[in-house]
Amino acid sequence: MTTMTLTSNAKASPTHRDDPATDVVIRLTQVWKTYRMGDQDVNALAGVDLQIGRGSFWAISGSSGSGKSTMLNLLGCLDRPTKGTYLLEGRNIADTSDDELSDIRLKHLGFVFQNFHLIPQLTVQENIALPLFYQGIIGSEASDRAEMLATRVGLGERLGHRPTELSGGQQQRVAIARALSNDPSVLLADEPTGNLDTATGNSIMALLGELHAQGKTIIMVTHEPDIAAHAQFELVMRDGNIESITQNPPHPSRPDLGGHGS
Amino acid sequence: MMATRFLRNVRLGIKTLMLHKMRSMLTMLGMVFGVGAVIAMLAVGEGASREALDQIRRLGSQNIIINSQKPVEQAAANSMNVRMNIYGLLYDDLERIEQSYETVERVVPAKLIRGQGRVDGRTLELRIVGTTPDWSELVQRNLLAGRNMTQRDLDENSNVVVLTEHGVRKLLAGRQTLGSQVLINSGYYTVIGVVQSEETQSSAMQTPDQNIDAYIPINVAIERYGDMSVTRSSGSRSRELVELHQIIVQVDSIDHVESTAAAIDRMLTLNHPKGDYSLSVPLALLRQAESTQRTFNIVLGSIAGISLLIGGIGIMNIMLASVTERTKEIGIRRAIGAKRKQIIGQFLIETVVLSVTGGMIGIGIGVLIPWIITIAAQMPTAVTAWSVGLSVVISVGIGIVFGMYPAMRAANLDPIVALRHE
Repeated sequence: MTTMTLTSNAKASPTHRDDPATDVVIRLTQVWKTYRMGDQDVNALAGVDLQIGRGSFWAISGSSGSGKSTMLNLLGCLDRPTKGTYLLEGRNIADTSDDELSDIRLKHLGFVFQNFHLIPQLTVQENIALPLFYQGIIGSEASDRAEMLATRVGLGERLGHRPTELSGGQQQRVAIARALSNDPSVLLADEPTGNLDTATGNSIMALLGELHAQGKTIIMVTHEPDIAAHAQFELVMRDGNIESITQNPPHPSRPDLGGHGS
Repeated sequence: MMATRFLRNVRLGIKTLMLHKMRSMLTMLGMVFGVGAVIAMLAVGEGASREALDQIRRLGSQNIIINSQKPVEQAAANSMNVRMNIYGLLYDDLERIEQSYETVERVVPAKLIRGQGRVDGRTLELRIVGTTPDWSELVQRNLLAGRNMTQRDLDENSNVVVLTEHGVRKLLAGRQTLGSQVLINSGYYTVIGVVQSEETQSSAMQTPDQNIDAYIPINVAIERYGDMSVTRSSGSRSRELVELHQIIVQVDSIDHVESTAAAIDRMLTLNHPKGDYSLSVPLALLRQAESTQRTFNIVLGSIAGISLLIGGIGIMNIMLASVTERTKEIGIRRAIGAKRKQIIGQFLIETVVLSVTGGMIGIGIGVLIPWIITIAAQMPTAVTAWSVGLSVVISVGIGIVFGMYPAMRAANLDPIVALRHE
């Protein structure tokens, strides 16, 4: 466990498996992210070490400025570390071109945003199939897969609707279906319930819990303790580093799968 | 696979543009009028040029036309009513031209005499053209009925006449035409042929064909009317002695036209120190007209080109606004995994769709306007295939050139910043 930071709890780490190499989806080693603001450098991330095992469900929280957004952007391959290594599925993100980074996002990552971020001129089905389009999958194969995913998130009847014709919860379901359409290694969710009322938020969390139960690796940023409680692991950021990692007790929405903790 | 993907991109582009119908339409207007103006202007220019060139071409590009011209000092002497004006081309000139130049193939003399045709009560002012059978060879006109003058008519001093369709209608309407007798300036002629009337619009040069011509053998003309003509006007009389009014020279090839013309001109200058003749070369006029036309087209084309440029800038302006407006969409697409070049492609397709659609409508307008001009103003126009082709190329080109910058700007947005954009 040489890669764990002092602050992270080795016991809570989900990386203890018989064969850790194959089960680690994400491995951060001494990751720094430095921004230049005015004439001084600001470390948004200051030497983060982290391993995320396949099939685990993480919640990242922290006050604003703690580096959690930077962390998510980095994990989402929207950004590259200034220093250190980030291995996603064994591949170092630090030395990739913009096109390669796009390709990694396309094949390994799915995004769910606070504001849903659907494309207004496309229908539900087309929105869901968008990652497939960029992979070159079009025609009936794409529309069938999109229909299947829409049904899975409970929107099988709304394929032809525009995002503006849907409620917030429905839009977020479409966004989740879109994030799943390329069968990503990791699902990244940025405040997925931030714009939803509690009941709708809970239903979205139930959906994420289901996906987790089906084996998806999920990383979610949230500032709401209630929402964070849905995850297996709660990671708290502070001043660009990990303050603590705690393992949550099983949540009703999360039929816990064994084998992630020690 | 590539094609279906491309088509999907095009469909998406159209869909996006349809979200802002009004804006897309206004954006297209620049292209519509730009392309329309290019095609319409070139069509008007082409029509005018074809007409002018046709007129000149009818004079024959292998021909040199020499006309008698009243010299300036004698024109002034006109007021003294007793004097006789003696000027113009001589029978000797005809002979000299015929015999002196190897490159000259045929020489046709013409005497032009004002006359009046009369059949029973009907009269018509005519231009009597005393000439040789070669005239019909050099000045090509459609023979509608009967035959042209022949060498035999000339040899036998036959009193025959070839009239124009216009002349026949005025004088012989409703009668048997061929073989009829027509009284022209106190002499009877038998009509042997009818040629098509040529509606020649006035031009600076004296055209050898008019719709009131009456063609008779030249020796008959000399015998009957002589070389002297008397013009009465407002009480005064002026007499003129002109041997030949016109000589048309046909040169063996187009390459020799200009050198032969220059040689004949030098010879005539020696014999006509008064400068009582004028020499015109249709080929030179043709060349001149063509070069004028080219200049005209360049000017018209530049004006239309400027409007196209402005149309293109309009498209760029709207696309830049659209990129700003759709920053978030770009961020989403990039986050999902779209590559820069795919974003560029998307925006380029939109601008090309805009400009090509505008271009197509413009072509419609560009074809319609000349058609209306032709009908309303009786002006000849001709839409050329190359101007339509050029417009298509230009509109696609404008889409690409002016779409490139906004597309690049869209693609170079940082996805994180773009996603945060509200």
